Amino acid sequence: MVLQAIAFYLLAATTLVAGLAVISARNPVHSVLFLITAFFSAAGLFVLLGAEFLAMILVVVYVGAVAVLFLFVVMMLDVDFVALRQGFARYLPIGALVAGVLTVEMVVVAIKVATQGAAGKSTGPAAPYAGVTNIEAIGRVLYTDYVYFFQTAGLVLLVAMIGAIVLTLKHRESVKRQDIGAQVARTPAAGMRIVSIRSGEGLDE
Amino acid sequence: MFQRIGQAIRGAALMDFVGAFGLGLKYMVRPKATVLYPNERGPQSPRFRGEHALRRYPNGEERCIACKLCEAICPAQAITIEAEPRDDGSRRTTRYDIDMVKCIYCGLCQEACPVDAIVEGPNTEFAVETREELYYDKARLLENGDRWERQIAKNLELDAPYR
Amino acid sequence: MRATDFWATPLGWGLITFGQIMAVLVWLLISEAFFLLADRKIWAGVQMRKGPNVVGPFGLLQSFADLIKFVLKELVVPSGADKFIFLLAPVISFTLAFGAWAVIPLAPGWVVSNINVGILYLFAISSLGVYGIIMGGWASNSKYPVLGSLRSAAQMVSYEVSIGFVIITVILLSGSLNLVTIVEKQGGGFWNWNILGGGGWKNLPVALVMIPMSVVFFISALAETNRPPFDLPDAESELVAGYQVEYSSTPFLLFMIAELCSILLMCAMISLLFFGGWQAPFPTPFLASWPATAVSFFGFMWFFMKLCFLFFLFAMVKAIVPRYRYDQLMRLGWKVFLPLSIASVVLIGAWRVFGPGG
Repeated sequence: MVLQAIAFYLLAATTLVAGLAVISARNPVHSVLFLITAFFSAAGLFVLLGAEFLAMILVVVYVGAVAVLFLFVVMMLDVDFVALRQGFARYLPIGALVAGVLTVEMVVVAIKVATQGAAGKSTGPAAPYAGVTNIEAIGRVLYTDYVYFFQTAGLVLLVAMIGAIVLTLKHRESVKRQDIGAQVARTPAAGMRIVSIRSGEGLDE
Repeated sequence: MFQRIGQAIRGAALMDFVGAFGLGLKYMVRPKATVLYPNERGPQSPRFRGEHALRRYPNGEERCIACKLCEAICPAQAITIEAEPRDDGSRRTTRYDIDMVKCIYCGLCQEACPVDAIVEGPNTEFAVETREELYYDKARLLENGDRWERQIAKNLELDAPYR
Repeated sequence: MRATDFWATPLGWGLITFGQIMAVLVWLLISEAFFLLADRKIWAGVQMRKGPNVVGPFGLLQSFADLIKFVLKELVVPSGADKFIFLLAPVISFTLAFGAWAVIPLAPGWVVSNINVGILYLFAISSLGVYGIIMGGWASNSKYPVLGSLRSAAQMVSYEVSIGFVIITVILLSGSLNLVTIVEKQGGGFWNWNILGGGGWKNLPVALVMIPMSVVFFISALAETNRPPFDLPDAESELVAGYQVEYSSTPFLLFMIAELCSILLMCAMISLLFFGGWQAPFPTPFLASWPATAVSFFGFMWFFMKLCFLFFLFAMVKAIVPRYRYDQLMRLGWKVFLPLSIASVVLIGAWRVFGPGG
């Protein structure tokens, strides 16, 4: 228990500090790296809760794929800090408003949780199947009770993917394309022929 | 059509890779081509043109008679010779310098020499640390001749039938 | 306090775990030195060279000489480099490559951490390996490293997808994400290995899917570890050395060790997922009368032999296959391996539901 407490406070502190550093770091690349640190510590917190499947999925999806793309984009950007700061004062009221709404919501939720307990009426995550690993538990819920939501989520992603492809795919006639199958299937016989040329006559074709 | 299908099947079965794998294994057990240089050396032709040397007759007299043919023919003008009669009346060099930095190792000096005095020996390992050490003088060249005489004489003998 | 009580306390538990970690680490580092030598020797052998043969008998100590050389060299941090990230990148690569070994079962009972999602953990850690390369390339403040790291990142992200789907086929066959369970299910002879369907003779039709899947996994592993023929990130004829251009001394050494370690990790994964890990290729009823330690050593021997064989394949591929062009690499990953592996997931799933075992 002592070890778990130490690990929790360590990971929680890392998450908070890294999260703070994401918005305060001067260099956007550093921000993304701090974001990765935050994701990673959050995965550690999931492990402490006994949700190792969620932890690994968090690492695989967010750290291993999404954050890599973030890092890609941010690395390629030529960020002009002066131009970025210009609109700061103008957008400050809107930003403050959004932050205020979020804070109020969080406080309300926190009070509710503190007084009535979390997830009072839902089936909840509280070990519905005893003696079963949490992957199996998630699988049972996901593919039975929530199968339609699961399928819908898959469809939404599929539509998004097809949409992206439709928007960017162009068939231009002028562009030469490579047909690797044809290249590999080419034999010396198909590619060249040997002609014996008489001296002084040349080859007229 | 059938050719393309066959191609696809062969590609999917990684036939290229399997063939290359077998070939790799075959070559792995072949005798190695490596020559462990400082310990082993590859064969060297008797005509090999390496570091220069001035030879002597068996009785110790230097061969060079200061005819300056080598100086004249040298395309890189690397050779400098000065000569005057010695006390016993014979014509000998007082100075015989080769600038090894200029030398292109063409071998024309040894072709020009009427007495086989200047030769290019078999030695290739004369790397030095400073440029000055590559300005060879007569003493250095004679010393080279003494050191490599046995091999030089053998090479000349082997090459003699073709001259 | 009795001895058994002490090992149950947090301190004793910590000491035991630390000892296990050190044992795996030391075994890994030492065997890595010889695997690296074997790699160079095999490469040399195919090219009819002798390979390193000066340091120690047959050059056996070459890797240790290299280690000393790297450690004693001067560390150069380029001007304009992001110094902290520049030095952090190789450490991250190194840590991740070795951290993944925590869940690899080396033999019956020999595993540092037997977690339920072992295979996902491996997948997660290997997907993080790209960070060391991106950070190293970006922090160097130089053009070739950035180009190399971009190539590498795109390559690793692409091939991770097909690796993931191949892993799912194995998970479907084994019904577990725990590496120990996956290996235990493949016991009792080579016909129970996952590459041949993982369920004895009645599952043999699955081998038609699993053998191609093991090949896909092998090739994806080559791409994932930036080995030739997919060594585009450090293609020396195009990018000098890719993300490693500005590195010298110990950080460079860390990158090299991490690369080799992830290659060994991939070999270990292939042997665990497809070739039964520590299981012998024949039934072993005689092990029941053996002491536990002997059983472990017996299993470890098989695991190590499989590791050596797979590493031999890796080394041979390096020697005999020419480097892919970048568009060919992407074509192979997205247009060949991805559809193939997705189709296999569907097929294996159908077999599990409608087949004789379902």
